[in-house]
Amino acid sequence: MKLTPVITQHWDDPTLYTLDGYKSHGGYEALAKALKSDPDSIIATIKDSGLRGRGGAGFPTGLKWSFVPQNDGKPHYLVVNADESEPGACKDIPIMMANPHALVEGVIITSFAIRANHAFIYIRGEVPAAIRKVAYAVKQAREAGLIGKNIQGSGFDLEVTVHSGAGAYICGEETALLDSLEGYRGQPRLKPPFPAVAGLYSSPTVINNVETIANIPYIIDRGVEWFREFGTEKSPGFKVFAVSGHVQRPGIYEAPLGITMRELLDYAGGMRPGAELKFWIPGGSSVPMLTADHLDLPLTYEAMAEAGTMLGTGTPMVFDHTVSVVKAVTRWLEFYKHESCGKCTPCREGTYWITGVLEKFEHGHGTENEMETLTTLCGQIAGRSFCALGDAAATPYPAAMKYFSHEFTAATHTSADEQFDPIASYVFSGARA
Amino acid sequence: MISESTRLKMRELAKRYPNPRSALLPMLHLVQAEQDEVTTEGMAACAEELDITSAEVTAVATFYTMYKYSPVGRHHIGVCINTLCGLLGGDAVYERVAERLGASHNGPSADGNFWLERIECQAACTHAPVMTVDWEFMDDVTPQSAVALIDKLASGEEVWSTRGPMIRDFQATEHTLAMAEDDLATVGNYVDEKMLAGLKIAKSGAQQ
Repeated sequence: MKLTPVITQHWDDPTLYTLDGYKSHGGYEALAKALKSDPDSIIATIKDSGLRGRGGAGFPTGLKWSFVPQNDGKPHYLVVNADESEPGACKDIPIMMANPHALVEGVIITSFAIRANHAFIYIRGEVPAAIRKVAYAVKQAREAGLIGKNIQGSGFDLEVTVHSGAGAYICGEETALLDSLEGYRGQPRLKPPFPAVAGLYSSPTVINNVETIANIPYIIDRGVEWFREFGTEKSPGFKVFAVSGHVQRPGIYEAPLGITMRELLDYAGGMRPGAELKFWIPGGSSVPMLTADHLDLPLTYEAMAEAGTMLGTGTPMVFDHTVSVVKAVTRWLEFYKHESCGKCTPCREGTYWITGVLEKFEHGHGTENEMETLTTLCGQIAGRSFCALGDAAATPYPAAMKYFSHEFTAATHTSADEQFDPIASYVFSGARA
Repeated sequence: MISESTRLKMRELAKRYPNPRSALLPMLHLVQAEQDEVTTEGMAACAEELDITSAEVTAVATFYTMYKYSPVGRHHIGVCINTLCGLLGGDAVYERVAERLGASHNGPSADGNFWLERIECQAACTHAPVMTVDWEFMDDVTPQSAVALIDKLASGEEVWSTRGPMIRDFQATEHTLAMAEDDLATVGNYVDEKMLAGLKIAKSGAQQ
C-alpha cells in the first residue's frame, strides 16, 4: 500500500508553519467553505466521512459532535487534547510543530459546527516547541481576522486560547484534562454526565485529539468521497503513523488505515542489521503487544481489536531480539505507578503492588507463585478503576505473558540484564568502553 | 518577592479564561519564570489574585511534576527513561549525565547550575534516546554527546535545540509556558529528516 501524505504533504516547505505558507498550499479555503455552509451540515459531513478519533479510542468524531445539545442557551466549548504523553505516541507534537495551521483551521471549523465561541488548545507543558508554534499560528490567524469577531463576515465569533499543562500524563484523559483546565488537580470525573452535556465549566464541550482536528479542513475541502477512498469501511481515512524503535529509519509515515505493519516496517528500512523483530505495539504502551506473527494484519481499528489489541494512537514501537520483555514491562508499570493520579484505590494501590512484584522479576527474584499474583492483581484493576489509566496499567503484563511467559519463568532465577545484555539494545555504539 | 509586573501578568492570564481559576497552571509557570522555583510567596500571590486559599494552590501545584520547590538553577536537564528511550540507550545517557553533574533524580547539580530529572515519554520516540534542555528537544543523544552538551552549557557556549531555537535558560522557558510571546517561533529548525521520512519516500516515487 502506498504512503499518502495529506496532513504531512507539505512538511518539507519551511514556511508551512506561517499563515502565508499554509495558504500557499490551499490553507483556510476549507474554512471559507465551512462558513458559507451551516453548522449542522458540517456535523453531517464529518459523520458521513466516518472519521474516528485519532487519540486512541477511535470514537466516531461526527457522532461525538452530534451529542452536543443545540439551542440550549449555554455556552459551548471546544477543547483540543494536545497532551500527547502516551509512551510511544509521537505524532501530535510533530503535527503542531510542522503544520500548526491545519490544527488552527480545524479548530475554527469545528467550533463553528458545534456552535462554540471559545476553544482551548491544552498542550502539555513539557514541549515549549509545540506551544510556541501553535501560539504563533493562533496569533497570525487572529491578525488575519480568522479568529475573533464576525469571522470573514459570517457573524461567527471565536476566541482561541492556547493553554500549557505542567506535567501529568493523566491530563490526557479527557475529564482529567477538563479539571486541569479549570485550575484543579488533573483527576478524572465520573461519567455520566459526559462532557458533551456537562464538560468545561459544566457546559457542553467537545474534546478532540490534535490529529482528529487536523483532519477536518481536508475533509471539508475535499469531501467525504475523497476521504473514504482511503482506509476501510470501518476505519476510513489516513493516519499519521510514527514508527519508533529498532528500525533503520524511525520517523513519520502517513498512510491509509489498513496498511500493514510489514509495509510500514519496509518503509522504515526494516530492522537494524542483524536484528530480528521480537515484539511491537501498535499504538502506545496502553495497548497489548503483538509479535512477528501479526505483521500482515491491516492497521485498522477493527483488525487490531480482532487480534486482541487496539490501534490506539497508531504509533508503532518496534523492539528487536535484544530486548528483555520483563524489563520493558516493568518500566512501563513504573511509569503507570508514577502517573496514577491517586483518586481511585485499584489504580493507586494496584500499580504500586504490580510494580513492586515486577521489579523482583527484573532482578531475578520472582517466584512461580508471584506470576499468579501478578495475574490476579491485573485482574483486580482492569475494569475496576475509575478511568482508563488503570486498565492500561493492567495491560502490559498479561499481554507479555501470552507470548513470552518463559522469560518471566527465567526471571525467577536470572535477572533481566543477565538474560539480555542491555548494551545490545542501545542504538549507539561505544557504550561498553 | 513577587514583582508588580508579574502580578500584572497574572491578571492578564486570568482574563484569558471565562473563569479566572483556569489560569492557575500558567500562573505557577510564571512564578517559576520569576523565581526559578515555586515559592510559598509565589503560591500566596496566585491565591490572592484568584481569591482562593494558599492551601488550594498548594494542593494543585504539588500534583504537577514540572513545578519545583527549590531553585532549579540555570538549566533543567531531562533524560527520558521510559521503556523505549531507556532501553535504546537513555539509561546509559542518564547515568553519564548524572555522573557529570553530580546530581540525582529531581535534584540540583553539585554547583547548583543544573537540575537533573529522569523524565517520562516526551512524545519524541522516533528520536530516541531523547534528552531535553530547558524542555527544548535534544534528539538522538548518546552518553558522549550528552556530556559534551552539558560541558558546552556549563561554559556558556551557544547551544541549539535539534528541533527548536537556541537554548536560553530555564526561567526563559517558563516565561514561554506562561504564554508570554518569546518571538522564537520563527527561529531555528522545527522539522527534521525523521519527520519527513515518509514524505520523502512518497515524493521519490519509490513506493510499492
